[in-house]
Amino acid sequence: MTPSAPQPPKEPLALPGGWRGIVKDWSSDHEAFQVSWGKAMMWIFLLSDTFIFSCFLTSYMTVRMSTTAPWPDTSKVFGLKIGSVDVPLLLIAIMTFILITSSGTMAMAVNFAYRRNRKRTALLMLATALLGVSFVSMQAVEWTKLILHEGIRPWGNPLGAAQFGACFFMITGFHGAHVTIGVIYLLTVARKVLRGDYEVRGNYQIVEIAGLYWHFVDLVWVFIFALFYLW
Amino acid sequence: MSANTGQQHPISIYLKIWGLLFVLSTLSYLVDYFHVEGYLRWALILTLMFMKAGLIVAVFMHMMWERLALMYAILVPPLCLLVLVATMASESNYTFLTRGIFFR
Repeated sequence: MTPSAPQPPKEPLALPGGWRGIVKDWSSDHEAFQVSWGKAMMWIFLLSDTFIFSCFLTSYMTVRMSTTAPWPDTSKVFGLKIGSVDVPLLLIAIMTFILITSSGTMAMAVNFAYRRNRKRTALLMLATALLGVSFVSMQAVEWTKLILHEGIRPWGNPLGAAQFGACFFMITGFHGAHVTIGVIYLLTVARKVLRGDYEVRGNYQIVEIAGLYWHFVDLVWVFIFALFYLW
Repeated sequence: MSANTGQQHPISIYLKIWGLLFVLSTLSYLVDYFHVEGYLRWALILTLMFMKAGLIVAVFMHMMWERLALMYAILVPPLCLLVLVATMASESNYTFLTRGIFFR
């Protein structure tokens, strides 16, 4: 990307103290890395979130490697019965494709936002949010099946290693919470796009920043899918 | 920050990456479907995982068009996690062996 034009020197101003000072410093529109402060902050937040999910996945690795009981076969646990055929991991595969599709629609929403096509941007963001909702709904189905029919609990389960439930609920629960928050975030931004809030300032970068968060949620699922479901 | 500093790229590149992600996801699903086992399974899973993650970060999150400083600021710190994974792996091996002695 091209670096932004140099800013005219700002007049020295007296900085307020206390809470006003805190708010002013955090919202002072400073730039680092040649990107807007909003984008830099989102990247830094996502970096910290990376460490949170990595801690979960690393602790999952630790308990799975150190348990002497057999680990439940995820391929069977998350399989679906279509007619009389057992298809392994089917629901999880569908959820994966839904999340990838939602990432695609989000990427296109960012594109249309910069072209100032408000209607298409909002529609694509709504489609993204809708796919996110269907993802969370499928996760709810999956949780219900595991809790009610398989008897899986955070402290134990009839299939094998007791740590399986704790890892599963913690990791997918935290990811599901991220998807839910993302849906709310996208709907909020989509509403503002449609209302023309960003037209006034002529700045649609907020859509790209919301997109960063959404793609990150998809990114985390790539790791969960590979390390928890497929391993 | 004016709008013209944002990331804008042709839609066709997003569609191509989208298709590629679909193919890679199908491949990683097929690894499970055909019951590939052992080191080949782990190697395939990890390779496909990193390819998908790379595509999402590079293209969908526009990292490949950002300045090098931002790339390093975001992509280098997670490498610390390799140390965490390595120490926890050796720790859990120790726990596993100890459990083998005392609980079996």
